Amino acid sequence: MTMTEPETHVGSPRLRREDPALLTGEAQFIDDMSLHGEIWVGIVRSTEAHATILGVDGSAALEIDGVAEVLSGADLAPLWGEGALPCAWPVTDDMRNPPHLPVATSVAKYVGDAVAVVLATSRYAAADGAAAVSVDYDPLPAVVDVEAAVADGAPLVHEDLGANESYTWPLIPDPEAVDEAFANAAHVVSERYVQQRLIPAPMEPRGVLAAPGVASGELTLYSATQIPHILKVMTAVTLGIPEHKIRVVAPSVGGGFGCKLNVYAEEILCSALAMDRGVPVRWTESRSEAATATIQGRGQVQHIELAADDTGKVQAVRVKLLADMGAYLQLVTPGVPLLGGFLYHGCYDIAHYSFECTSVFTNKTPTDAYRGAGRPEATYAVERAMDSLAVAVGVTPEEIRSRNFIAADAFPYESCAGLIFDSGDYQAVLDKAVEMAGLEGVRADQTQRRADGSNRQIGIGFSSYVEMCGLAPSRVLASLNYGAGGWEAATVRVLPTAKVQVITGSTPHGQGHETSWSMIVADKLGIDPDDVEVLHSDTAISPTGLDTYGSRSLSVGGTAVFMATDKVLDKARLIAAHQLEANEDDLEYVDGSFQVRGTPTASVPFAAIAFAAFTAHDLPEGMEPNLEAHVTYDPPNFTFPNGTHIAVVEVDTDTGDVDIVDYVAVDDCGNQVNPMIVEGQVHGGVLQGAAQALYEDAVYTEDGQIVTVNLGDYLVPSAAEAPAYRVAGHVTPSPTNPMGVKGIGEAGTIAATPAVINAVVDALRPMGVSDVAMPASPQTVWRAINEAQGGAS
Amino acid sequence: MIPASFDYEVAESAEHAIALLTEHGDEAKLLAGGHSLIPMMRFRLATPTVLVDVGRLDDLRYINADNGTISIGALTRHSELEHSQLLAQSCPMMASVAALVGDPAVRHRGTLGGTLAHSDPASDLPAAVLALGGTIVARGPGGDREIAATDFFTGYFESALADDEMIVEVRVPAGDAGWNYQKFNRRAQDWAIVGVAVADAGAGVSLVNMGSTPLRASAVEAAVASGASAADAAAVAAEGLQPPSDLNADADYRRHLARVFTQRALNAAGVA
Repeated sequence: MTMTEPETHVGSPRLRREDPALLTGEAQFIDDMSLHGEIWVGIVRSTEAHATILGVDGSAALEIDGVAEVLSGADLAPLWGEGALPCAWPVTDDMRNPPHLPVATSVAKYVGDAVAVVLATSRYAAADGAAAVSVDYDPLPAVVDVEAAVADGAPLVHEDLGANESYTWPLIPDPEAVDEAFANAAHVVSERYVQQRLIPAPMEPRGVLAAPGVASGELTLYSATQIPHILKVMTAVTLGIPEHKIRVVAPSVGGGFGCKLNVYAEEILCSALAMDRGVPVRWTESRSEAATATIQGRGQVQHIELAADDTGKVQAVRVKLLADMGAYLQLVTPGVPLLGGFLYHGCYDIAHYSFECTSVFTNKTPTDAYRGAGRPEATYAVERAMDSLAVAVGVTPEEIRSRNFIAADAFPYESCAGLIFDSGDYQAVLDKAVEMAGLEGVRADQTQRRADGSNRQIGIGFSSYVEMCGLAPSRVLASLNYGAGGWEAATVRVLPTAKVQVITGSTPHGQGHETSWSMIVADKLGIDPDDVEVLHSDTAISPTGLDTYGSRSLSVGGTAVFMATDKVLDKARLIAAHQLEANEDDLEYVDGSFQVRGTPTASVPFAAIAFAAFTAHDLPEGMEPNLEAHVTYDPPNFTFPNGTHIAVVEVDTDTGDVDIVDYVAVDDCGNQVNPMIVEGQVHGGVLQGAAQALYEDAVYTEDGQIVTVNLGDYLVPSAAEAPAYRVAGHVTPSPTNPMGVKGIGEAGTIAATPAVINAVVDALRPMGVSDVAMPASPQTVWRAINEAQGGAS
Repeated sequence: MIPASFDYEVAESAEHAIALLTEHGDEAKLLAGGHSLIPMMRFRLATPTVLVDVGRLDDLRYINADNGTISIGALTRHSELEHSQLLAQSCPMMASVAALVGDPAVRHRGTLGGTLAHSDPASDLPAAVLALGGTIVARGPGGDREIAATDFFTGYFESALADDEMIVEVRVPAGDAGWNYQKFNRRAQDWAIVGVAVADAGAGVSLVNMGSTPLRASAVEAAVASGASAADAAAVAAEGLQPPSDLNADADYRRHLARVFTQRALNAAGVA
C-alpha cells in the first residue's frame, strides 16, 4: 500500500508506524523478556465459588523438579501486611468495600480467586507445581445471580459486611417532576434487560515481571498494563515502597479494552516477592486463567421506563439498575455503572431524569471497565426502549428518534442528568445513515419476505447514541469521589538536528498514538511526521501521566501534545525574531520557516532555530537554552461523540441463526486526525459490540462454576464473522478543545449491541417476538420464536 | 495452558512409528497435525508420556485415483484435499468438506488420518468418509488391514484402531453424484453444532455431533431408498439418537437442527 504524502497530515489517512514491528514479531511483549535469575510464579486458584480454606498442602508440588516453594495466603500475608488491592472510586461515603488481599488467606470468594502460590525455576515447573498443590476447602453457600443476591436471606459474599449491597447511588434531580411525567404519560414503556457478563479477550493476556534493585532498593515493574503511571502510584501506596524508587514499564501491550486498566493481585504479588527475595519474579497469564483472574465486563440487570406524550415525545426516563460487582471491588469497579448513569436519556431531549444504581457483591470474578464501561449498557437500555416506544406509538424507529433528538441548535445543551453536551447534529447523522443503508429498498425486501412467509426474515436495527468521553475534568471527577484527576501531560522536545521527541502520558496499547501524535506535531511544525519520535509507557521516560482508557487519549493527551507544540513554537518565534531583528508579532510561520510578514526573503527555518537553541550562542537576553515545552492539560468538559448505526440482519427462522447482512455506521467524533485509525476503531468496536449481541457470554452454573474458560467455549468472533461495514463520518467539532476532537475508541462498541438486537427483534416482531436475550445465539432465537408462537420451548 | 511433561520421538517411517507404539503401548500417542491433540494436552485432558511424531512421513501424503477408488495417504493435509484438482473432479465432496474444517492454519496442519484416528463426533471429514462408504487402511505389527468406515468409529473419541496401529491410507469411491454437506456453527472456525453429509443422492447420509461417534443416519437412508420425499426422510433424521447437550445446543435443539439440515442437504443433493 502506498499513500502519497499530503501537505498536511492531520485529516488524511496515514499508515501506522507501529505496525511493522508488531507484524514482524520485532515488538517485545512481557513474555518475550527474560532477566537473569528470574523465578516464575504459578498461582493456585480456587475451584470453589465460596469456601473456607482449611489447608494448603504443597508436599506433592515440592517433589516436582524446579519447584522451589509453595506459599499459602497466610504465608504471604506478611509481604503486604494490611495493604489491600486498591479501589480508587469509593462512589459513596458509605460504600461497602471489603479488604482485598492479593492471595486469599481464609476464605475463597470466587472460582479463580488466588489461594496459594508456587515459586519455580520455569513456567512449566510453575504450572506443574500449581496443578499438584492440594487445597482443602469447606464449601460455603455461593451467591451467583445479582437478583438473588439482594433477596431476603441470601447468603452473604462477605459475612462481616452484613449485606451484599455495596452501595446505592441515585441521580434524581427532581423526583416529583418524574412522577408527574409518568402520571400524565400517554405512553409508558417499561422494560427489563440483562447485560450478560463479558470476558475481555485482548490478543495478549496479562503478564508481569518485577525486577528488584537489591543495592538501590528500587523496583522495576514490567507489566502488560494500560496504566503504568497509576500502577506506579498504587504499588507505592499498597506495598509502602517509596514512589521515587519505582519504575513501571508497559512494553508492547497486546490490547486491553479496559481489562488492563487495573491494579491486579499478580502485579502486587510479583513486586512484593521480588523485593523480598531480591530476584526477578514473573508470571504470565494463560488464556484459561484470564477467564477468571482478569476482570470481566458488563453484568447488570436494568429496569428502564419511558414516559411519553401521545406523539411519542419522551418526558421522563426512570432507571433502576442492579450492577454485579463480583466478589471484590477492583480499581474502578464501583464507578463503571456511574459512567452510564448520566446517559440513560440517550441522545434525546428528555426533561426529567431518575437513575438509581444498586451495586451488589456476588461470588464471581470482579467486574470493571470494559470497552465503553457503563455507556454501552446505558445506550442499550434506552435504544431498546425507544424501539418499544416506537411500536407503542405506531411510528418507525427513525421517526421516534427524530421526534426526540436534541436539536442541532440546542448546543451547548444541558442534559437532564446535569451534563453539558458539546456539539452535534443528531438528525443529520441519522439522515446520512438512513440514506447509506438504502432504507426504502431494505424495507421493501422485508415486506416482501414477510408476505411470502420466507424462512429468511429481514430485520432493521437502529442505534442512535451519544457518549461522554475524554475523561475528564478533574473537578468533576472530584464530585464523583474518584480518587484521581483527569488531566494529561505532554512534553515536546526539539533535538539539535530539528528532530522532535514527544513524551506523552497516554499509554497506547494498540491505538496508534505514535502515528497520530507525530501527525499533530508535524503539521504544527511543518516537518515530516517521521521526524517526530513519540515516547511513552515507561515512567522513567514519561514520569507524568494518567494513561489510556475511556477514549481520552486524543481529546486530553493529544490536546496536551498540541498545546506543548504551541509553546515550542512560541519560544521558537522569539528566537526567530531575535535572529531576524524583527518584532515577533510581525512573524508568520510558513512551511517550516518563520518569515517577516510581507517579506518572505527575511526568513529563518525551523532547523536553524533548533540548532541555535541548542548552541545557545545567540539567544535573546535571559532566554534559557534548548527548545522544549511541557503541558499538563485538564479538560474543561467531557467530549460527546455521537452517531447512528443501522444493522440489517437476516434471521433463519428454521434455525434461529442471525446473519448481519449490512452494517452502516455514521459517527461524529469531531475532527479526525487519522481517518484510517478512526475507521479501524469503528470496525473493531462494532464487532466487539456485535459480539455481545450475538456471541459472547461468561456462563456460570448456579453454584458459581464458570463454564466458558477458553476461546472454544467463549465465542469471540473473528474476521470471518465481521459484517461488511460501511462507515462514514459527520463532523461537528468539539468546542471543548483546540483540535475540535471527541474520541472514537469506544463508540462502535457502544452503538453496535442495541443496533444488532433491535434488528433481530425487528425481524421477528411479526412472529410475536418483542425481546431476545443476549447473546442472541441460534438456540436462543429459535426458542424465542417458538415461545412467541406458543410452541414448545 | 501448559501441557504436562512428555517425551518426543520422531518416526522415520510408518514401521518405525508402529515399533515405537508397540514399545510404549497406551502411554504413547501419534502426533500428526496436532491441532486436536495439542490443545487437549494443554488443557491436560490428554497426558500421553510419549509423542510419536509422524508428521514428517511425506510418503503418506498423496491422493491417487485408480479404478473408481480414490486412495488418500493418511498424512495428507486438509488443505491438500481442499485444493486437489483430482478430488475436485473425482470426489468433490471430500474437497468441499475439507475446506470447511477449522481455519486456514488448522487446514494446513491437520491430516485426514489424524482426524479419523481422533474420532471426534463433531469433526467434518469423518462424516464425509462415512457417508461415502469409505475404507480405512490400518497398519500394525502384523501388516495392513482394511476397516470399513461404518465399523471404524466405536465410541466417544474411540476407534477400531489398536494401540499399536496407525492409519496409513483412506479410500473412498470416486463419484460426484448427488452430494452435499451442511455444517451449522456460530463461528467459521468452530466445530459443527450439527452437520449433515449426503452422498450418492441420499444412499449415504451421515450426521455430525449427533451422538458419541460420527453416525450413519440409517433411517434417513432407508426412507430415501424407499422413495420418501426429502422432507419425510429428514423427519426421521434424529430418530433413536441421543445427541449431546452443550452451550450451543441442547439435545432437543440438536434433533431439530438435524431434521432441518438433513432436509436442506437432501434437497441440495437433488432429493426432492
